[in-house]
Amino acid sequence: MFQVRDSRFGVRSLVKSKEKFVFVLIIVVLALAPLFISDFRVNLLGKFIAYAILAIGLDLIWGYTGILSLGHGVYFGLGAYCMAMYLKLEAAHGKLPDFMSWSGLERLPWFWRPFSQGFFALAMAMLIPTLLAFFIGFLTFKNRIRGVYFSILSQALSIIFVVLFVGQQAYTGGTNGLTNYKSILGFSLSNASTKLFLYYISIALLVLAFGFCSFLVKQRIGRILVAIRDGENRVRFSGYNPTTYKIFVYCLSAALAGLAGAIYVPQVGIISPAEMGIVPSIEMIIWVAIGGRGTLIGAVIGAILVNALKSGISESFPDVWSYFIGFAFIVIVLFMPNGIVGLVKNIAGRFGWIKSKGGGRYGFDIAN
Amino acid sequence: METYILQIFNGISVSSILILAALGLAITFGLMKVINMAHGEFIMIGAYVTYLVQNLFIAHLDKSIFGLYFVVAIPVSFIVAGLLGFILEGTVIRHLYNRPLDSILATWGVSLVLQQLARSIFGAPNVDVKSPGWLEGGLVISQGLQLPYKRLFIIVLVMACIVGMFLLLYKSNTGRRIRAVMQNREMAESMGINTRRVDAYTFAVGSGLAGIAGCALTLLGSIGSTLGTNYIVDTFMVVVLGGVGTLVGTVAGGLLIGTANTTLEFFTNTSLGKVLVFILIISFLQWRPKGLFNISSRSLDE
Repeated sequence: MFQVRDSRFGVRSLVKSKEKFVFVLIIVVLALAPLFISDFRVNLLGKFIAYAILAIGLDLIWGYTGILSLGHGVYFGLGAYCMAMYLKLEAAHGKLPDFMSWSGLERLPWFWRPFSQGFFALAMAMLIPTLLAFFIGFLTFKNRIRGVYFSILSQALSIIFVVLFVGQQAYTGGTNGLTNYKSILGFSLSNASTKLFLYYISIALLVLAFGFCSFLVKQRIGRILVAIRDGENRVRFSGYNPTTYKIFVYCLSAALAGLAGAIYVPQVGIISPAEMGIVPSIEMIIWVAIGGRGTLIGAVIGAILVNALKSGISESFPDVWSYFIGFAFIVIVLFMPNGIVGLVKNIAGRFGWIKSKGGGRYGFDIAN
Repeated sequence: METYILQIFNGISVSSILILAALGLAITFGLMKVINMAHGEFIMIGAYVTYLVQNLFIAHLDKSIFGLYFVVAIPVSFIVAGLLGFILEGTVIRHLYNRPLDSILATWGVSLVLQQLARSIFGAPNVDVKSPGWLEGGLVISQGLQLPYKRLFIIVLVMACIVGMFLLLYKSNTGRRIRAVMQNREMAESMGINTRRVDAYTFAVGSGLAGIAGCALTLLGSIGSTLGTNYIVDTFMVVVLGGVGTLVGTVAGGLLIGTANTTLEFFTNTSLGKVLVFILIISFLQWRPKGLFNISSRSLDE
C-alpha cells in the first residue's frame, strides 16, 4: 500500500513476501495449537479466527479504500443468524423451535422454511449480507455520500437492526437470540471431534479469505482502491468510476463478514442482537487499527491479538478492559496510525532490515 | 383529537432535546471537521453534575430552597461540561483536525473511558434526580389533555439556548470569527484570527450545550453511564439530515427526526418506527446528499 512508489525497486515484493511468511507462521501455530492447549481455549481460538476473517474484509474497505463502516456487526450478525436458523431447525427435529411456541406462533414462518437445508443456510449467510450491502452501498455511494456521512449512516444501520431483531421476538428470538443447538449436518456439536473439525474448517476459510484478498489487492483493482482512499476525485477524473469499485468492495467485505458469522455460530453456540450493535461493530475497527490498517496481515494479527487480550483481561478485571480499549483507540489513532505492523516496519527500517519506512505518513489524505 | 395533539407535543419535546444535543455537534463538525463521538458523554456529565448539585442542596441547604437547585444546576452543568470539553480539545481533538474518520475512533475511545469513569465514581446502577416541586403537574388544556410542565420547561430552555446560540453566532464578534473560520480557515488565519482559540472556545461551548441537554434529561428519567449513547446516533442523524454548520439546519433536522420518530412509533411500533425513520432519511439523502441546509462551497473536496 504505502510502498506503491517503492515497487520499482523491489522493496515492496520483499515486504509482501515477509507478510506471507508471517501469515504461514500464524497458520502453522493455529493448526498445531490443539495439541498444546485445552479444548476450551481451542474453541476460543476458533472464535478469534472467525473474527479474523471479518477483519480481513473490514481492512479491505477501511485500510485500503478508506471507507469507515461502523455497521459491520450487522453483516456479521446476518450471516450468523442464517446459520443459527439452520442449527435451530435441526435441533427442533421438524417441530417448531422452542422460542416460537413461547411467543405464540403456531406455524413455521415461510422465510424460515428453506433454512432447514444446511447448504442453503450457508449460501444465504453470505448472500443476504452481500445483497444488503449492495442496497446500502448503491444508495449511498452513488450519491457520493462518503466520509463521515457514510460512517454515521452505517452506525444507524447497526442500531436499527438491533431494534428490529429485538422487536420481532417471534421470528428472531428477541434479546436472547438463538441458542441451544444440538448438531450440525447430523454431527453432535458437543462432540470433541466435531469441534476440532469446525476449528480446522475455520482455519481453512481464513487461508482462503486471506489468499483471495491478497491476490485481489495485487491486481489493478487493489491499486484503484488505494487510489480512491487517497484521492477519490482524481480517480474519477482519470476515467474510473469509484462508485462501482466502492460498491464491489463493500459487498465483498459484507460477504466475508457473513461467512465469519456463519463459522462463528456453531463454535460459540449463541447469536444475539447484542453482537450486531454499535459497540461490537466499532470494536471490530480497533482490531484492524491495532494490527495495522492497509495490510491484510495486520487485520489478522489485530483480530486474534485483541480478542485474546480481551478474554484474558476481562476474565479477571472487567473494568480494566473498558479503560484499555478506550485508551487503545486514542493512542493508536494519535501515535501509531499504522498499528503493530507499521511499528515493526518502522523498527525494521531503522535497523536497516528493510529499506522502506512505511509508518507515520498515513492518515492525512483520507479526509472525506 | 387530544391524542394527536399530545403526540405532536411529545414529538416537539423529543425534538428539543435532540436539537440541544446536536447544536454543539453540528458547529464543531462544521468548524473543525471533527466528529465528536464523546459528545454523548458530555450529556452524561451534565446529568451527573445535576445529580451532584441536587445532593449538595439536600446535604447543606435548607429544604425550603430545594426547588431552586435546578436553576443552579443548569449553568453549573454548562460550565463543567464546557471546561471538560476545553480540556479534551486541548489534549486530543486538536491533533485530529481534518481527519474526520480518525476523530470518530479516537473520540469513541474517549467516550469509553468517560463511561467507565462514571461507573467507577457513581457506581453501575442508575441514579435518580428528584424533580423540583414547581415542575410537577401540568398545564391542563382540556379534559384528558394535559401538557406536563417538565416538558414545557425543556422546550422553553431549548428555545432560550437556540436564541443564545443565534446571538453568539450571528450578532457577536466571536460569532463572526467562528463563521469566518468555518467558511475558509486559511483566509481567516491570514486576516489575523486566532483560529486555535476560536476552535477551543467553540468546542467548549458545544460541549457545554450538551451538558445543558444532560441537565434537562434528568427531568425525564433516571441517569446512568450509558445515557449519552442512547442519544448519540439520533443526534448524528440530525446533523446529517439538517446539514453541517448552520443553526437553522440543526433545528429543522431535529424537529423532523423527533416528530417523525414519535409519529411513526405511534402508528406502528417502536422497532418498525425506527426502521421507517432510517429509510426516510436514506431516501431523503438521495435527493439532497448534503442535508437540508448547508454552507455552499465551490471546493470539490471541502
